[in-house]
Amino acid sequence: MKHEQIETNAGLLIVLTLIVISIGGLAEIVPLYFLDGTVEEVKVAGRDTVRPYTPLELRGRDIYQREGCYVCHSQMIRPFRDEALRYGHYSLAAESKYDHPFQWGSKRTGPDLARVGGKYSNQWHVQHLYDPRSVVPESIMPGYPWLLKNNLAYKDINGRMRALKAVGVPYSETQVEYDANVQRFGREAADLLDIHSAEHNLLSQAQSSNYDGNGDTITEMDALVAYLQVLGTMVDFSKFDEGHFAKYR
Amino acid sequence: MADAAGRAPEQYNYDIVRRFAIMSLVWGVLGMLTGVYLAAELAWPVLNFDIPEITFGRLRPVHTTLVIFGFGGSALFATSYYVVQRTCQARLVSDGLAAFTFWGWQVAIGIAAISYMFGYTQAREYAEMVWPIDLLIAVTWVAYLLVYVGTIRRRTQPHIYVANWFFIAFILATAILHIFNNMEVPVSMFSLKSYSLHAGVQDAMTQWWYGHNAVGFFLTAAFLGMMYYFVPKQAGRPIYSYRLSIIHFWALVFLYMWVGAHHLHWTALPDWTSTLAATFSILLLLPSWGGMINGVMTLSGAWDRLRTDPIMRFLIVALSFYGMSTFEGPMMSLKSVNALSHYTDWTIGHVHSGALGWVAMISFGSLYHLIPRLFNTAIYSKRLIYLHFWLATIGIVIYITAMWVAGIGQGLMLRSFDEYGNLVYTFIETVNFLHLPYMVRTFGGALFVSGVLVMAYNVYMTVRKARQEEAALEAKIAAKMART
Repeated sequence: MKHEQIETNAGLLIVLTLIVISIGGLAEIVPLYFLDGTVEEVKVAGRDTVRPYTPLELRGRDIYQREGCYVCHSQMIRPFRDEALRYGHYSLAAESKYDHPFQWGSKRTGPDLARVGGKYSNQWHVQHLYDPRSVVPESIMPGYPWLLKNNLAYKDINGRMRALKAVGVPYSETQVEYDANVQRFGREAADLLDIHSAEHNLLSQAQSSNYDGNGDTITEMDALVAYLQVLGTMVDFSKFDEGHFAKYR
Repeated sequence: MADAAGRAPEQYNYDIVRRFAIMSLVWGVLGMLTGVYLAAELAWPVLNFDIPEITFGRLRPVHTTLVIFGFGGSALFATSYYVVQRTCQARLVSDGLAAFTFWGWQVAIGIAAISYMFGYTQAREYAEMVWPIDLLIAVTWVAYLLVYVGTIRRRTQPHIYVANWFFIAFILATAILHIFNNMEVPVSMFSLKSYSLHAGVQDAMTQWWYGHNAVGFFLTAAFLGMMYYFVPKQAGRPIYSYRLSIIHFWALVFLYMWVGAHHLHWTALPDWTSTLAATFSILLLLPSWGGMINGVMTLSGAWDRLRTDPIMRFLIVALSFYGMSTFEGPMMSLKSVNALSHYTDWTIGHVHSGALGWVAMISFGSLYHLIPRLFNTAIYSKRLIYLHFWLATIGIVIYITAMWVAGIGQGLMLRSFDEYGNLVYTFIETVNFLHLPYMVRTFGGALFVSGVLVMAYNVYMTVRKARQEEAALEAKIAAKMART
């Protein structure tokens, strides 16, 4: 076929272009849904240790996105010696399997946050978010004082969890789904993932942990700190042999 | 258009081209000023002022959206509508549909920018628009495709000129990327919040397949379409090699779609995918340089034009930056280089050598060629074009040099160990090191924006001059009519 035929026929040019531009994406994206081992299995005593976010953590994650934290903070530790020393074990695919959308980031203007959970106290986080330079004088992070002032909106928490359920996150609505979650994550986690008790769970987590140090109201700060404190804490690497996860790479 | 002088309607629809061209400059000024402010926030964080709407995290997508889709997108609409009419020798198939693409696009950009400042975002880089805006863009884009293909089908020439191949590939690819990357489920019909269909590793792959092809098709293939018309036109010579344009077109559109995963080296994405992406990234050097050579060599035998024609300078310098950044890109996609460069400002510098050096410079050159023709006059000041050229070129060089220092410097600091195997620097010490390059970068960016302001003034005065000339002409005709 002479190229002239393509140049003189708009339909042919369009069809051929469509074919040529489709191949790359199909070859690289589709297999990720079907190849075993793309997302590691992380089980301890037969239970999945990576669970979906609790209602409060989920709201915190929404705020993390709203403020554009992903613009400056990655959540993806690479398998290098310096990153292991700074941030901990390299990130597993399983650790973000319930992340819609993923928040791996592309730039570290600030440090990686994939395993920031449990590294600092709640009080530190609140002070740091309120005024970063009061704790880290050289920091170039903006302050987020409004998080302490804004009451957390949680009336649509059920809708949020249902939307996530629609895209595949195992929040439960029926008894069957709840029972499946008990099997998969254990009863304690399954209770937190039940959509019907979402509001109750959100309030009780915020009240019992009182992340923002203010017991009277539930603020956006409560939610964001709850989210930060769970990041990277769901896989206990001491339970696995060294190199256990290397086979998935 | 009001046709007071009673002239025949224009052979081509230039009205739509004029509108997009002017909006391109408007978004360019706003988007680049936002960029300079963001750069300043990184150098002097006090500029965040604890005001939610202007904190770095919320403002950054405003910058990227306004410059990529507002400035770049409007420039592409303007030039593609101009090129398709001129090369097909046919008027746009539908003025109404073309006007719809104008309003659809401008409204989408405007609302997107405002919504980010108020915290409404999908948190996907370069695709932050919330779902109703995504729908608006999808509809606008389909209209664009219809106008474009409809006009090509009306052509009076048997051949479809090479610039149009690139524009078609850009329109088709952008449609596919936009739709598949923005599959999402809203919380409710009345909530702007949605959650993406994909999660984790698959989501990352989809997003960077989108993200890098926004570069590949939106910011490269389409601007090559621009190049293939305006470089030969401004040089007054045919394109260097017809055969090269065929080969590099098909190679470019095929290869680009594979390379997105080089943004995900060393992550939880499987190694096979990122190795594949790195391999194709290296291959991509060939068609990229094919395009650059084809453009630059078009001037062969007429190099003296660079001395006398400031527009030609914009076009050729754009191609030089294109060549440089498409060499740097494959180099950064090598896993060992990427281990250092990823997550640092080196990436930011690389993007800007492409975005400022290639995309913006080729757009400026094309717009300087277009504006006088669209308004039927001569440019207000050629000297101001020279001034713009130097402000832009020096600004870019300062910008990317600062980012090389920042990125490579920080990358090296982060991986230095002392003799006992401990890390030499804490993270915050590397942030401290960035302060100087961040200030220099802000300065470079400010130079670049001041060039754009010079251009905006020059264009404004040109349009004003055109209006005055037109009014004078009409008065003359009226006087003549009155006498007879």
